[in-house]
Amino acid sequence: MTATGLRRSLPVVFTNSLDAAAAAGGPGPTGPVIRVQGLEKRYGEHEAVRGIDLEVHRGEIFAFLGPNGAGKTTTVEILEGFRQATDGSVEVLGQDPWCAPGSWRARLGIVLQESGAEPGLTTRECVALYAGYYPAPRNIDETLALVGLSEQAAERAAKLSGGQRRRLDVALALIGDPELIFLDEPTTGFDPSARRAAWEVVEGLRRLGKTIFLTTHYMEEAERLADRIAVIASGRIVAEGTPQTLGGRQLEATQITFRVSGEADLSGLPPGLAERVQRDEGGLLRLPSTAVTADLHELSGWALARGLELQALEVSRPTLEDVYLQLTSEE
Amino acid sequence: MYFLIKRLLRMRPDGSSAASRGSLALVLHEAAYDLRISLRSPRARVMGIVFPIVLLVVFIGVFGNEHTLLGGARVSLKVFYVPGILAMSIVVNAYASLVISISGLRETGVLKRRRATPVSATVLIAGQALATVVNTAITATILLVIAKLVYGVGIAGPALLAIACTTLVGTLAFACIGYAVSGMIGSQEAAQPTVQMTMLPLWFISGVFIPVAKLSPALRDLADVFPVQHLANSLDLASVHSSFAASISATDMLVLAAWAVGAAAFSAWRFSWLPSDASR
Repeated sequence: MTATGLRRSLPVVFTNSLDAAAAAGGPGPTGPVIRVQGLEKRYGEHEAVRGIDLEVHRGEIFAFLGPNGAGKTTTVEILEGFRQATDGSVEVLGQDPWCAPGSWRARLGIVLQESGAEPGLTTRECVALYAGYYPAPRNIDETLALVGLSEQAAERAAKLSGGQRRRLDVALALIGDPELIFLDEPTTGFDPSARRAAWEVVEGLRRLGKTIFLTTHYMEEAERLADRIAVIASGRIVAEGTPQTLGGRQLEATQITFRVSGEADLSGLPPGLAERVQRDEGGLLRLPSTAVTADLHELSGWALARGLELQALEVSRPTLEDVYLQLTSEE
Repeated sequence: MYFLIKRLLRMRPDGSSAASRGSLALVLHEAAYDLRISLRSPRARVMGIVFPIVLLVVFIGVFGNEHTLLGGARVSLKVFYVPGILAMSIVVNAYASLVISISGLRETGVLKRRRATPVSATVLIAGQALATVVNTAITATILLVIAKLVYGVGIAGPALLAIACTTLVGTLAFACIGYAVSGMIGSQEAAQPTVQMTMLPLWFISGVFIPVAKLSPALRDLADVFPVQHLANSLDLASVHSSFAASISATDMLVLAAWAVGAAAFSAWRFSWLPSDASR
């Protein structure tokens, strides 16, 4: 699917969806679509989820991150109604997922982490099969166009490439025109261009006011798409915030890194910089900074005065991945 | 039959959705696609259609000139093998194929994805059961036509109706057992040996491959506990009698129904839509 083709198809496909979402019942436009309080799940002695609280609001893209075995899939499966919570309260679209009726499922779209193709069916037949399951499905061909599978409509779904198969999963989740969409690692195995095309689809859903619960291992994906992120580790939420503020990211020092040629004497550095600068084994100098403009001014003034070149000069904020790794390694 | 299949396969993807037309429409919708999936599966076609035909031809070719006692009458083994292989084909289609197919669909997450939709478990199961009934009906028709045209083994009209009833009850019973057994199997890899281990011995002691008259009383008593013998026996009656009442055994139907109920109860307790290795 090309990004251009995708953009072209978005306005056409989504025309009736806002009305459908607005007409649907359930929590009001501002109330939480997902509300979890004190959720616990035990498998025998093993505590997979140890009392977590979550709130996801309508129209939000909420990314749920965590390493394998942290309780992420268990939590998602409880929210989807596949597993029963051991303790705590869970409300999704105003219902307890474990005992919610079929009409509740009609308002959900789920892209599972792993799901094979319907054997023997063509791509279009797969979507037609699932369209029949919903009382008011989307148009089949428009949905195929949305995920860029129009040309593969007559091909056997089992013969699609990995990326195309995943797009079919997304089409199957969208065919019921859901209000809330669970995307469980939706772009795993995608090449970079397919991933960007998939992000365009998700952003198209956001523009329609759909609520999206996303799990992913790609920090770039979470940063690009999510309005809010929660990180789970060892069954507990260890951080929650926007991509910019997660784990106090906005308060973390920016790193200024540079090299100087030869064995330049650093002792002449202004004292405010000298006490912070550190040289790593490769000779790269690191200067953590909370006042970047002033520090850079002083540093470049010092270099100019000595006729030195600040080689490989870089100013970098801690990445979301740095913050995530720090958060999850502490557990 | 032709019209039923045609109706089942007729798609209405762009009209109103099946779900909006009620539960029956939804069952037909599910059955149509399950039937399509099954008819397009080379494994299901070979196991469910080709294999029984080959066995019928081989058994009649090898033993067709011998005779045995069947339902109190002395008949050619040709007459014995038609209902026997018919019983076998029902077990293969309704039990073996279903167990292997369900295990595969569960392992690959297809069952979980179907359960993520608004469709109830009852509709999904009823749809698959209906598709299985059509499948067994197709195979039974082919076998009976070959029996008549190639071997001259004809079945009287009322007896054919009895065969249809037995086939229907047998298919539903073995489909229930299929769901129950697939609830105990962890992976698709385990499905094939499990169905073979459970089917093959029963075929030998239940009057499918060897006439019951040639078995020891102990083996006959053992086979009596299991459903294959009751399916085969009722089909045997239809091959040697002409009236409906004489061509179907109420006891056999009750035993098959009891197995169906027991298996359905077990499935309700044990059957899982999620892959067994679903990560936590």
